[in-house]
Amino acid sequence: MKRTVPLMIVMVGGILMMVQYFIPHQYSQAVFTNYTQWAPIVGAFALILGVGSLTRVHSHKIRRKTKNWQYSWAVLIPLYGMPFLAIIWPQSLAGGMDSPSIFHFFFMHIQVPIQSTMFSLLAFYIASAAFRAFRAKSALATILLLAAVIVMIGQVPIGEIFGRWLPETGLWILRYPNLAAKRAIMLGVGFGILATNLKIIFGVERNWLGGAGK
Amino acid sequence: MRKNWIGIPALMILLLLPALSVAQGVDENLTPVDDNLSTVVTEDSIAATLTELQPVAEEQLEEPDPGLDVSGAITVLDKDNDAGDQLLVSFELPADTEGIYAYNVYRRIAGEEGEDAWNLVEVIPADKLPEFIDGYDPDYPISPGVLYEYRIASVTVDDEEFFGSICKAEVVPEGEIYHTGKTRVLIAGGLFMFLIFYYFGKAQKGTKMYLRPIAGIQAIDEAIGRATEMGKPILYVPGLSYIEDVATIASLTILGRVAKKIAQYQTPLMVPNRDPIVYTIADEVVKQAYLEAGRPDAYDPDSVFFLTTSQFAFVAGVNGLMMREKPATNFYLGMFWAESLLLAETGSLSGAIQIAGTDAVTQLPFFITTCDYTLIGEELYAASAYLGREPKQIGAVKGQDACKAIIMGFITLALALAIIDIAAGTHTLDWVRQVITMPIVD
Repeated sequence: MKRTVPLMIVMVGGILMMVQYFIPHQYSQAVFTNYTQWAPIVGAFALILGVGSLTRVHSHKIRRKTKNWQYSWAVLIPLYGMPFLAIIWPQSLAGGMDSPSIFHFFFMHIQVPIQSTMFSLLAFYIASAAFRAFRAKSALATILLLAAVIVMIGQVPIGEIFGRWLPETGLWILRYPNLAAKRAIMLGVGFGILATNLKIIFGVERNWLGGAGK
Repeated sequence: MRKNWIGIPALMILLLLPALSVAQGVDENLTPVDDNLSTVVTEDSIAATLTELQPVAEEQLEEPDPGLDVSGAITVLDKDNDAGDQLLVSFELPADTEGIYAYNVYRRIAGEEGEDAWNLVEVIPADKLPEFIDGYDPDYPISPGVLYEYRIASVTVDDEEFFGSICKAEVVPEGEIYHTGKTRVLIAGGLFMFLIFYYFGKAQKGTKMYLRPIAGIQAIDEAIGRATEMGKPILYVPGLSYIEDVATIASLTILGRVAKKIAQYQTPLMVPNRDPIVYTIADEVVKQAYLEAGRPDAYDPDSVFFLTTSQFAFVAGVNGLMMREKPATNFYLGMFWAESLLLAETGSLSGAIQIAGTDAVTQLPFFITTCDYTLIGEELYAASAYLGREPKQIGAVKGQDACKAIIMGFITLALALAIIDIAAGTHTLDWVRQVITMPIVD
């Protein structure tokens, strides 16, 4: 029962979704809309489990005084402090989420700059990754390096100083060899998705059921 | 006395003559309200019509206003392949478009009265074609089975409107039970499904099937062994997408296989999650893997945990784990976006052996650059079959290969036809493309 019911739900739901793709009728669309509206409801309940998991893991670390346990306070205090400031803290004492409020101040002056910093690290990481990728260690790596130089210089205005051939060659690389490789990968991905979906719908793949799948 | 009796009618005639002549002059300036009035004429109706038209005649005489010409007939058709929520509306342009800036299209439910019932559903600039699909505006949706009326207003630059006649739609919107634009998808999908099921069956019958070795999958055992030897944990990131993403499901399937091996070696495992639903499933998958490996006691409930739903906060958390815990092996399998390089580069700096796999084409170069092994696209989906070696799973991979063989056949055919077309000056490839290529459908 523990295994059959989820498998039946997945099978019926999966076949229903496949069939409804070909039926534009309003009843078919209504079924699809209702079905997809359930997902956020399930997600809302799962979020409670997620917050519970985070609390459990970090409270264990604090209780056991494991390595770097102090950082766990940096997780737990904002985790509960920010919703408290937004929902429970009185509006008269700068509560709520809208500016001006303590929540808004913390969000704009701590979370947003930290996130921007994380994203901006990407620029430096791209440089180091490019350096590693473009080392001409072999014939293939040399071809990659040459192609990358042509494409990169061809994409910027300075490329035309060397002649029209450079941007045109760069475009040719992007439009033909590069696009062909991308399409080949995407075709494979498409078939992979199709096969995986069929395996799940017809119960061949049951690992996603966890303990109930066995 | 006799002279007086004759004089009265004579006076009346004299008085009536000018009155009749004025009445005749006014009649010539009247605008008919309805053409039907000219066909059914009775003495009473003439009197009534004269009464009704008199004010119009007076207004026109006082202040003549040329205005804008208005549009002609409105045609309303039910749109094919929809849910009964769209109508194709077109109208005839006015004979004289001078001074018209745009056309405002109004719609109301047939039978409703009053100006408030009209909704402005579209504004068509004067230089555009006088047609549009009604029903796209979510504020004014079209309901299936409802009869609508339309009217078009010619609009001046000053936003002055001149309304044409009201037109009742001849059709009501209805949904179709089959989308004719998706027939080719149905045929191709049916064919590919048949092939996959055919190989399922073949594998179940015990037919031996060869699978090309994939370096990234073969390296999984080696990577787990390395972590065990070093006594360091293994980090497994099942992507940042949600459970509805097939890459996430494929990743969770691989997680089950990997966790089983990890349980056998009793190596610590860390599985941070971005989505709460993915977290609950990952937790179940790992728990079951430890159970299957015969080591339920070794399962640590804190090994699978939820981190945050925020993309870069998640990256910060995982990068922090890498730098503090120094895992010996990192797995990044699933769907990734901009964080792929941030994760993989940090892992590379921490000295871990890294195995990545994603179907995100744009992130593959980053993983290939920074990871030791990368599962490219479909290899992520095939990994489960490689690790499990179950006949049906292998059958599914062979089914995919058969599908790809068909596509390769079409590409070869197209190449041959293109060469023939160049040599012979024919257009066979265009014809084949028209037959095969899927049109863009709603």
